[in-house]
Amino acid sequence: MRIGLFATCVADAMFPAAARATATLLERLGHQVVVPREQGCCGQMHINAGHPHDARALAQRFIRTYGEFDAVVSPSSSCVGAIRDLYPNVLGLEAEVLSRTLELSEFLVHRLGVEDVGARFPHRVTYHPTCHSLRVARVGDAPLRLLRSVRELELLELPQATECCGFGGTFSIKNAETSSAILLDKCAAVQRSGAEFCAALDGSCLLQIGGGLSRAGSAVRTIHLAEILVSR
Amino acid sequence: MRAPGESFPAAAHHELANPQLRANLANATTTIRTKRARVVEELPDWQALRDAGSAIKADVMANLDTYLLEFEAALTAAGATVHWARDGAEACAVVAQVARAHGAQEVVKVKSLATDEIELNRSLAQEGIHALETDFAELILQLDGDWSSHILVPAIHRNRTEIRDLFRRTIAPGIESDEPAVLAEAARLHLRERFLEAKVGVSGANFGVARTGTLCVVESEGNGRMCTTLPPVLVTIIGIEKLVPTLADLEVFLQLLPRSATGERMNPYTSLWTGVSDGDGPQELHVVLLDNGRTRVLADEIGRQALHCIRCSACLNVCPVYSRTGGHAYGSVYPGPIGAILTPQLIGIENAPSLPFASSLCGACYEVCPVKIDIPRVLLHLRARAVDTVGGRGERSAMRAAAWVFARGSRLRAAQRLGRIAQRLLLSGGVIRRLPPPLSAWTRTRDLRPLAPRGFVEERGERE
Repeated sequence: MRIGLFATCVADAMFPAAARATATLLERLGHQVVVPREQGCCGQMHINAGHPHDARALAQRFIRTYGEFDAVVSPSSSCVGAIRDLYPNVLGLEAEVLSRTLELSEFLVHRLGVEDVGARFPHRVTYHPTCHSLRVARVGDAPLRLLRSVRELELLELPQATECCGFGGTFSIKNAETSSAILLDKCAAVQRSGAEFCAALDGSCLLQIGGGLSRAGSAVRTIHLAEILVSR
Repeated sequence: MRAPGESFPAAAHHELANPQLRANLANATTTIRTKRARVVEELPDWQALRDAGSAIKADVMANLDTYLLEFEAALTAAGATVHWARDGAEACAVVAQVARAHGAQEVVKVKSLATDEIELNRSLAQEGIHALETDFAELILQLDGDWSSHILVPAIHRNRTEIRDLFRRTIAPGIESDEPAVLAEAARLHLRERFLEAKVGVSGANFGVARTGTLCVVESEGNGRMCTTLPPVLVTIIGIEKLVPTLADLEVFLQLLPRSATGERMNPYTSLWTGVSDGDGPQELHVVLLDNGRTRVLADEIGRQALHCIRCSACLNVCPVYSRTGGHAYGSVYPGPIGAILTPQLIGIENAPSLPFASSLCGACYEVCPVKIDIPRVLLHLRARAVDTVGGRGERSAMRAAAWVFARGSRLRAAQRLGRIAQRLLLSGGVIRRLPPPLSAWTRTRDLRPLAPRGFVEERGERE
């Protein structure tokens, strides 16, 4: 398959290892991965912040840039959710490429039917299922299936796993105190899990959880799912 | 309580600082949430029920004019008097007029959000009429001059020791125990005589059946049954969106509501009454059809689904925001996710522009809503309206600039390079611990991961 990789602005700038891992994983499975230089941001922040008009040009650019690929894969369920759900439902934009745009774990498990990518990660890991992966992109248990197939990985349960981390884009700034109160409980849950790593598949939530853990002086590190899957 | 003009973040600031409130809320919402999940799971056709509830409500909204006239005709034929109220003042005036006509200085009330919305108690007090709340939680709040913080459990922010102390100061001077049964008995003794003496009862309604003119109240305590059957005169105030076409439609909602609301398979009391019946129950029934902003909501194609709400409050109990701040921060009788989309539409977005932003858009509310109101979608719609109506010029320019940068890979890469230079001043120990305003809101409680030395697209991007 000829796959267009949509890194997302957050992963591109702050989690390049996650984007690199995504490319490597897909190439190992024998696919051709193209990283278009013209990619920008999906526009979710603008839509969510009440500026849908500004998002329109970003959405159109995405559709133009990725229209020709067999599939578009991204290491973020939140951005994929925005593309598949908000483009048609808020911006009124329809294009075939929207339904061909998939988050990495759903692409691997649901599209390719691959659960074991040959990874080995000898650590205790807990997994935070991000809100948009559950309720917008609806990746289901694809990430957990992948994690369960990783050699020497001990998967620990995260208490109240499906509860939000409190990020919410500009919510984390506009309602910083509420966002932080939510985060405090998430960090406590991560801490209680006994894991060395807290994994997720959205850079934005990793930014929030990682920021909270780091400020609290916690030894638990955050990691993108793709980085675990690429480890050998 | 959010002061008039106070924004959600400012009001939340006070509430978040109260550790007792945080603990009470976390306890209560977790308990109800778990109960709800359990009883919803046992129904194999839950999703079909949600679809049915949503479809019935959509039909009612699309044909509301017809259903309202049908409802009025059926009520009139059954011996009730129907009043149309454009706003709260008109509705309150009807109740005052009925009370005066019967020489009532006190009316007994069923818990009703519509009457809270129009501040009926305050309005009646100005006419020298006392409205006695008979729902246990509403009574607690009334005795303390406090406000509801939850649609279904108005005193959710209070624990039983606080309630025992309040009762000791007010209706039960000698009370020692804070056992729920003892507290309930104190309230029962206080209320019983008043029920028997009341000349006028006031209620809201969960549903009104257009075909038959039947009114329906669901409740847990039995005080509602007393208010709607003991006094010789009853006034029922019902929002115009509360109609269902036929009695058979109640079958859907009487399954959806209790399971979503209290996590019960069936609520303890379901009262249905149609007009007046000789020698049984009130001999005079007034029904007030309340608009108070609802037709304006109905005119908004995306926002109107907020009118489908059956006030179960499942969205409050699962909301990460509500369960931390509580209801008072929303400054409305409708708190939580549903309040964040209903209040700004009822009172005008310019009067509550911060409410649609009081959400992390996690989507938990949509997932549990028994009538499938797409709350996140309506939040986005109202955010855009808030920006258009009262949005600051600073934010608008910043967003436009960001969109300009984000639109081109080359611009984004240039911005990243600038960011990497700027962050050198801010880095300490590999993270950013302090940022200038407005981003300082982030770093007050969180470290920020810096931009990587080299972006991924810069590293291996290809020209298409």
